[in-house]
Amino acid sequence: MPKITYIEQNGNSKTIEVDNGLTVMEGAVQNNIPGIDADCGGGMACATCHVYVEDSWLNKLPKAEDAEQDMIDMAYKPNKNSRLSCQIVVSDEIDGLTVTTPEKQT
Amino acid sequence: MIKTDVVIIGAGPVGLFAVHQLGIKGLKSEVIDNLDKAGGQCIELYPDKPIYDIPAVPECSGKSLTDNLLEQIKPFGSKIHLNERVQEIKEEKGLWTLKTSNNKTFSTPNIIIAGGVGSFEPRKLPLKELIKFEGKSVFYSVTDKTLFKNKKISIFGGGDSALDWALEFAKYSKVTLIHRRNEFRGAPHTLKELEKLKAKGKITIKTPFQIDTVNEGKEIKFINIKSDDEKIEKIETDIVLGFFGLIMQLGPITEWGLNMDKKTIKVNTENFQTNKPGIFAIGDICSYPGKLKLILSGFHEAALASVECFKRARPNETYRFQFTTSSKEIQDRLGIKK
Repeated sequence: MPKITYIEQNGNSKTIEVDNGLTVMEGAVQNNIPGIDADCGGGMACATCHVYVEDSWLNKLPKAEDAEQDMIDMAYKPNKNSRLSCQIVVSDEIDGLTVTTPEKQT
Repeated sequence: MIKTDVVIIGAGPVGLFAVHQLGIKGLKSEVIDNLDKAGGQCIELYPDKPIYDIPAVPECSGKSLTDNLLEQIKPFGSKIHLNERVQEIKEEKGLWTLKTSNNKTFSTPNIIIAGGVGSFEPRKLPLKELIKFEGKSVFYSVTDKTLFKNKKISIFGGGDSALDWALEFAKYSKVTLIHRRNEFRGAPHTLKELEKLKAKGKITIKTPFQIDTVNEGKEIKFINIKSDDEKIEKIETDIVLGFFGLIMQLGPITEWGLNMDKKTIKVNTENFQTNKPGIFAIGDICSYPGKLKLILSGFHEAALASVECFKRARPNETYRFQFTTSSKEIQDRLGIKK
């Protein structure tokens, strides 16, 4: 099973195994990873599952579609590494992905 | 003071259906919602997205679901108090008093919280030094346009609200539009108009920039904005506007002494009452073993909660279960003429 690492702003990190086909957001919510709220439940409608993806991984992920970028505009302190974790689908290709959660989601 | 059998907090689909379930039992209700329209998330987040899991409705949009529910509850004449948030609640001898952000007060034996993930509030700029200027020179919505005449205005955001207000204020003020990336999301004619004003020098556009700091002191004189590659620019400004859409926040509900589980309220599954007698929670905001955040689950929860509301509002009457197909009483309440 692919492993995903979630790092909090305070440096705490957790690596968990997430089933293929789930999203990075679902992996976090199901494993009580702090820092990802996912208020809308994965509908790409709230920007509260915002994460920063490491540079080395950013290009390996399918590019964010326009609607995701529009939502990231609403997120707390977005930057060029920002993604919505509900839009990153876990697969063997992204085994080892590391994301950092923001200071807060709202 | 408005007296009623039930106050419903939240005018989303589940709150609206609660009006129906209470209404057919002969109970009066009032609905309070912080948005400017009924429908909750269905109308604010996904009015046009199709929904496929409403029983007996193969497909509908958030908008049509809301419109149909409003039509369905029309006979009961419940008032929906919009743009208001319940701030405080107090209990005395089995009656709850509620006070809203507009200083309206309600007295009722029953409160149904159908608050979803919370009330919608504007998202704010991530700079805490701006808080003290809010309402004076920092705004997240526009209510009085005259405040923005002949000023230096910095507008943050890349969507329709930011663009529309930038175009409007450019007519009589010096506008700088600041956005975190180069692309704006707006109607084609708005984007064209923006290009035109930019070419004429009527609007300054700064991308990809975000807020960094603000001057110290009692009044805003300038802000510093920072680009992705750490370049800092100083913008002289009197007014800062931010348009980042809405976020859902539980707000005062967390202070009412209810048993909470993260952002949800624990209830029993017999009548969806919380740990406080007379306070119910239904829809996405409630939690119990096996809870699913589906609209259809919320409808069921509304039906069961309404029975207990009846018992509390009419302690001297016996509750009698009736079908809408056969009950003359219910049909009268629905205004059905035969």
